[in-house]
Amino acid sequence: MENLDLISILGSTIRLSIPLIFTALAGLFTERAGVFDIGLEGKMLFSAFAAAVAAFMTGSPWLGLLAGITVSVLISLVHGFASITNRGNQIVSGVAINFLASGLTAVLGQAWFSQGGRTPPLAASARFTEIVFPYADQLRDTGFLGRFYANVISGHNILTYLAFIAVPASWWVLYRTRFGLRLRAVGENPGAVDTAGISVTFLRYRATVCAGILCGFAGTYLAIAQSAGFVKDMSAGKGYIALAALIFAKWRPVPVMLACLLFGFLDAFANFMQGKSVPGIGEVPVQIFQALPYVLTCVLLAGFIGVARPPKAGGVPYVKER
Amino acid sequence: MSPTPTAAPAIELIGIDKKFGAVHANKNINLTVAKGSIHGIIGENGAGKSTLMSILYGFYHADAGSIRINGETTVIDDSQAAITAGIGMVHQHFMLVENFSVLENVILGVEGGALLGGGVSEARSALKRLEADYGLEVDPDAIIEELPVGLQQRVEILKALYRGAEILILDEPTGVLTPAEADHLFKILGVLRDQGKTIVLITHKLREIMAITDTVSVMRRGEMVATRRTTETTVEELAELMVGRRVLLHVEKGPAAPSDIVLSVRNLTVKDGRGVTMVDNVSFDVRAGEVVGIAGVAGNGQSELLEAITGIRKPTSGEILFHGKPVTGFDSARLRALGLGHIPEDRHHMGLVLGFEESENSVLGYHRDARYGRGPLLDLDACREDAKTKIEKYDIRPPNCRLKTANFSGGNQQKIVVAREIERDPALLVVGQPTRGVDIGAIEFIHRRLIAMRDAGKAVLLVSVELDEIRSLSDRILVMFAGHVVGEKTPDTGEQTLGLMMAGIAA
Repeated sequence: MENLDLISILGSTIRLSIPLIFTALAGLFTERAGVFDIGLEGKMLFSAFAAAVAAFMTGSPWLGLLAGITVSVLISLVHGFASITNRGNQIVSGVAINFLASGLTAVLGQAWFSQGGRTPPLAASARFTEIVFPYADQLRDTGFLGRFYANVISGHNILTYLAFIAVPASWWVLYRTRFGLRLRAVGENPGAVDTAGISVTFLRYRATVCAGILCGFAGTYLAIAQSAGFVKDMSAGKGYIALAALIFAKWRPVPVMLACLLFGFLDAFANFMQGKSVPGIGEVPVQIFQALPYVLTCVLLAGFIGVARPPKAGGVPYVKER
Repeated sequence: MSPTPTAAPAIELIGIDKKFGAVHANKNINLTVAKGSIHGIIGENGAGKSTLMSILYGFYHADAGSIRINGETTVIDDSQAAITAGIGMVHQHFMLVENFSVLENVILGVEGGALLGGGVSEARSALKRLEADYGLEVDPDAIIEELPVGLQQRVEILKALYRGAEILILDEPTGVLTPAEADHLFKILGVLRDQGKTIVLITHKLREIMAITDTVSVMRRGEMVATRRTTETTVEELAELMVGRRVLLHVEKGPAAPSDIVLSVRNLTVKDGRGVTMVDNVSFDVRAGEVVGIAGVAGNGQSELLEAITGIRKPTSGEILFHGKPVTGFDSARLRALGLGHIPEDRHHMGLVLGFEESENSVLGYHRDARYGRGPLLDLDACREDAKTKIEKYDIRPPNCRLKTANFSGGNQQKIVVAREIERDPALLVVGQPTRGVDIGAIEFIHRRLIAMRDAGKAVLLVSVELDEIRSLSDRILVMFAGHVVGEKTPDTGEQTLGLMMAGIAA
C-alpha cells in the first residue's frame, strides 16, 4: 500500500463523521424519550434542501442554517403529531417522511431551478467555509503533530466544531438537567412520568424538537458546508448509519460520537483506497471498501457489543391504562 | 388512631360518577375517610375500586361529583393537582423507572430546579430523614431493577412521602409480596398512620382488611354497598357483601385417590431467554387423581418450569416423562396430542387472541382436529356449535360466541380458556395462575372444575402465587424458591410455614 496518508484520512474522517454525529444525537434525543425515529434520513434531506435554497436566495449561510433547522423541526412536529398525539406507528410515520423527503425535494428542486433536482451552485460567501486556525500554515510542515494540527484540528467549518460541542452538551442536558432526567424517564416508563404530574405528550414533543434542530444542522452541513448545493438524495443513507451508530453506542452520547467517528473513518478509508492496490493482493474493487461500514455494522450489531438494551418504552405510544 | 370527631375528614368523595362507554364504573359514590386512619376498599375485580382511586389521584376525570380534601372542595384534574393536595399513590404496577437509581426515581417531577445538582443532594438528606422517621430503609444509589419487589414498593412509598403526601393510596399492594414482606408493609403502614397519615388500601384480599384496616368499604359493580368498622364485621359478612350472596371460601372436596404416575419430572434444569438458570435440578411426580400445587413468589422459576413441561421452552438438561415415556423437548402440539392440557399463566399473552371471536378462541390450538374441519378448511358451523355448548356448560357471559374476546370480562375470558382445555379431557392438566384477575364468582367455578378433574382421575399440576388457592386445591404442595423445590408439604401446613419457605428462610 503505497504511502498510507494517515493525516489526510483522519482529516476526511472528521468531515464525513459530522453529519453522522448530528443525526445520531438527534436520534438519541427522540429514542431516549421513547419515540423511534426512522425519519432521521428524511429530515436531514429536507433540511439540506431548505438550507441550500435559502442560502442561494439570500446569500447567507446563517439564513440557510436557520431554514434548514426550521424545516427539520416542522417535519419533526409532523412525526410527533402522527406518533405522539395520534399514537400512530412510529416506524410507518418515519418511513413516510423518508419517502416524502426523497421525492419532494427532487420535484421542488426541478420545479424551482430546472437543474435536474439540484439547487444552483453556491458562491463561497453563501457557504460555511473552512476556518484556518492560527499558525496552521506555518506548522503544516513541522512533523506529525504539526500536520495533525493543520489538517485534522484546523481547517474545518464552524458546523464541524459545533458538532463536537454538541456531544458534551447533549450529555450534559440528558444527565445533568431536569429536562434530561424526565426525558430519559419517559422513554423507560411513561407511566412514572405521568403519575409524577408531568405531561408525557409535551415532554415527547420537546424531545422530537431537539431532534429536529440537530437534524437541521446535519442537513445544512451536507448542503452548504460539505458541498456547494443540494443534490438529489444527497443524504445517501446517512440517517440509517446514524441509527446503527446509536444502537452500537447503546444510546449514550460519547459512545455515539466514537461510533460515528469509526463509521466516518471507514468511509474515509474506502475513499482513500479508491484505485490503490493492496500489497500481495493487487487492486481491490472499491466496492469492497465501500461496503465495509455496512458489513461492520452488521457484524458489530450481531454480536460484538453485547446486548444493546433499547429504551423500554421505545416505539410504544403512551395510553393511560384502563 | 381514634380521630377526633371535630376534625374534618381527610377525604370526602361526594356523588362521584364515571362511565367508560357502556360500562358504568362508578355509580354515585360517596366515601368519607377520617384523618389518621387506615381505610380499606374491598371488592371484586371490576367493581370500580381502582377507577375510583384513579379519579382521586387525577388520572381520570369523574363525569359528576366533587372531592373534598381536609374539608375543602378541591379540583383534581391531573396528578400534579393531586400531589399538590397532598395525595400520593402506590400503583399496583409500580410507576418506577427501572434503570434509574432510587434517588432519581424519588426526585422525578420534583427536581427542585432546572439543574439536578442541588435537588439531588437535598433529596438524599430528605431520604435519610424519612428513613429514620418511618423505618423505610433503602440504599438511595441502588438501581431499581436490582432491588427485590418489596424494596421497589418501599421506593414508591418514599416517592409519595417525599412529595409531602398526607394521604397515601395503595392499590393491591401485596399482590407481588411474600407473606413476610406483606407483614412488614403492614407494620410500615401502621407507623405511618400513627404519625398522622391517612391511608387508603385497595385490595381483594380479606385477610389484609382484617389485619390492618380501621374501617372498610365494600364496592360491588360500581356501587359502594357498605362501610363498616373493621372490628364490627367479619370475613364472611364482607365476602357476602362483595359478591352479593353467600360464597364458599373453601373448596369442598373429598380425599384424593392418587393412582398411576402421569407426569414425572427428573433433574430438570431450565434457563430463561437471558441464559439465567431459572429451574435448577427439579424432580417430582404427579399422579392421576391428585392436584399437586407449586407455591412460590412470582419469579422463582415456576413460569419456566411450566413452559418446559408444556413444550414452550426447551430444558437445558433433565428429563420429562409422560405416562413413563420420555417427552423431553416435544413441542406443544405433540404434547397436546398425547393428552396434555394447558391453562397458561397469562391468558392475554398465551391463552387467547383477544381480537378473535369467542368461537375462534374456543377451538384455538385444537383447530386441526377433525371435528373442526377438513384439510386446510375450518368448519365454522362446527366450531360455533362447539363454542355454544361450552358457553352453556361454563356459564360464559355474555352467551355470544361471535363476540370479540376482548369484550368479555377477565373472569369470562378465563372461563373460555378453562372450558377449551378441560373439555378436551386431558390426562394431565397443567394450570398456571387459574384465577389471576378473576372475580370471586368465577374463582369458585374454576376451582370446582379443577377438583372435578381430579375426581375424574386426571392429574393436575397447579402453579399459583395465591397461597390460599394452593392450600385449598392441592393434595400435595411443593414450594419453589430460586429455581429449587425447597420442600414438600401437606395442604394443612400453616401459611406462616409456607411463607417462610417461599422466602427461602426455612425448608
